[in-house]
Amino acid sequence: MTDRFLSGHAACGGCAVALAVRLVLQEVGDRAVLVVPPSCIAVMMGPLPLSATRLPVLQTAFETAAAAATGLARAYRARGEDVTVVCLAGDGGTYDIGLQALSGAAERNEDILYVCFDNEAYQNTGNQRSSATPWGARTTSTPHGKPTRKKDIIGILAAHRVPYLATASPAHPADLAAKVRRARGLAGFRFLRITCPCVPGWGIADDGSLRLLRAAVESRAVPLFEVEEGRRYRITHRPAGIPVAGYLRAQGRYAHLTPSEIAVIQADVDQTWQALVDAT
Amino acid sequence: MSALAASARTATHTLLTGDHAVAHAAALARPAVIPVYPITPQTPVLEKLAELREAGALAGDLVPVESEHSAMATCIAASLAGVRVFTATASQGLALMHEMLHYAAGARAPVVMVNVNRTLAAPWGFWADQTDSLAQRDTGWIQLYCASPQEELDTVLQAYRVAETVLLPVMVVFEALYVSHALEPVAVPGADVVARFLPPYEPAWRLDPASPRGFGGTATPAQWRANRLAMQAAMDRAVAAVADAGERWGELTGRGYGAVEGYRLDDAELVLLAAGAIAGTARTAVDRLREAGVPAGLLRLRLFRPFPAAELTSALGMAHTVVVLDRNCSIGSGGIVAAEVRAALHAHDETDVRLFSFLAGLGGVDVSPEAVVGMARYALRPGPPPAESLLPEAV
Ligand code: SF4
Repeated sequence: MTDRFLSGHAACGGCAVALAVRLVLQEVGDRAVLVVPPSCIAVMMGPLPLSATRLPVLQTAFETAAAAATGLARAYRARGEDVTVVCLAGDGGTYDIGLQALSGAAERNEDILYVCFDNEAYQNTGNQRSSATPWGARTTSTPHGKPTRKKDIIGILAAHRVPYLATASPAHPADLAAKVRRARGLAGFRFLRITCPCVPGWGIADDGSLRLLRAAVESRAVPLFEVEEGRRYRITHRPAGIPVAGYLRAQGRYAHLTPSEIAVIQADVDQTWQALVDAT
Repeated sequence: MSALAASARTATHTLLTGDHAVAHAAALARPAVIPVYPITPQTPVLEKLAELREAGALAGDLVPVESEHSAMATCIAASLAGVRVFTATASQGLALMHEMLHYAAGARAPVVMVNVNRTLAAPWGFWADQTDSLAQRDTGWIQLYCASPQEELDTVLQAYRVAETVLLPVMVVFEALYVSHALEPVAVPGADVVARFLPPYEPAWRLDPASPRGFGGTATPAQWRANRLAMQAAMDRAVAAVADAGERWGELTGRGYGAVEGYRLDDAELVLLAAGAIAGTARTAVDRLREAGVPAGLLRLRLFRPFPAAELTSALGMAHTVVVLDRNCSIGSGGIVAAEVRAALHAHDETDVRLFSFLAGLGGVDVSPEAVVGMARYALRPGPPPAESLLPEAV
């Protein structure tokens, strides 16, 4: 196993994004070029002239990860070079400002591996809501909790019928690594969404993210699955189905929720899980 | 004349519109990645590229991107990966790209782009107006303004040579409809001529896993400043690179170009100054003025960024009156070219020259030679020049 993400980077202690980046880069090979839009990942990649990785990095504009990756993939193909083009983006750069370019690249079936590190808000700018923020979560721009639900990015991309989609968690490293390897073995547009708790944004202890992720997965709030060709769904980890309340109560961003609001979330989690089971 | 120059001068003459001429130029330049998003009146460029590709005359990868912003982002990334790129746009598309124009120049990506000058909304229009490209003057792009389909074809090829020499992106510009859709016989050079003029692109730095380096990392204030000063130095070198490319193209094809183009300037006391095809109208006006005994001349500005202040002031010679026609307007300031010319004259201590600024042809309205003659006559009235705010919009 080769570590291509080096120590000494600028992430907060206990950052799940940093761990997930490390796990992903262990699997991308040495012939990879990274595209990083503004995000905590961009900060981790290091200020000039330093770099936190042994791979080339293009730090592009916020809304352009998939468009820049398109340019790289096409250029290497034109040059006859075998290069894996990998986007490392946050949820803001993926679900919000980068969605147009993402949809374009998905529809054209660009030969890229796009990894979204989803910490469910603009954490690099200090925790403002994004369309990946779940209902009820408090951010600095939704002080009473977000009034709308989280955008279903996997559903949106599945509708594009792309070759491969998957969700993953850095607390489930074998599952995550298998999905990156699987994606690498395929051609065309491949997308991974990795759920990453943010220490200050989610209001957790700096040694709390992995425990929290296990609660997220076992409560079915964050199911681990993959989708081939936008149609063939497969659940890769069978969750225990514990109550979601424990997952929510462990986070500062949900501290204000009433028992009835938690019941609303539980009902939504149950419905979403059932829909996923029905799709498999 | 060398055998090659002779063969080039007998190059195929084809009846082409301005848009089709640049598509042929792009094909001759052999870009590997060509992301283009359609927009009136650039669309025929894209259609012709697709047609050339179908016919096997264009090897590059035509990428149907989802927006102009993405077109430029894709161009930049492909360029930084080490291939030649091309794109074309107009008006709203150029405005949408604005963020990435800065990025392209800052990353020193030698992207070549054609922009068809078109009015910006609101209100909507499809007419010739140079404000779209002139509003991008501070982005670090070299800008060349063309007056005919032939010049566009020649300039796109020169643009690659300039861009790849100084490592700055180049925008080749011409007006909607008057040039984009006007037909004229265009000499399309052979691939052998272009190959001698434009060697394959192989950059010194690129995104290469074998030698991992990055683009776009966060800079300190001092690093950022150093980057901008290096861009400024590259812009200074671009003046010579443009002259060299124009001259070398002239040796190969018999059609040489410079930063500015003069017409009947030698003994001119009054000089009409414009960029783009509107200069063609001014040329007719110069002939009419000469017939009437007025020693008039024309200076067509081809290079706008970097602004060729020295070339321009020396070409003005003994002229005491300069009439600038601007088919553009910086709202709150006026004609953009006039402002630049005024600054250039001042910088070269030419403070005795009387400069008149006319907004001519804004929004694509037609400008007649008579109207231009009227502007010249207005400028020649005795007495001190009126306050600028009193200057009329002639057309
Ligand atoms: S703000 Fe959150 S996501 Fe960003 S580096 Fe810190 S812990 Fe990681």
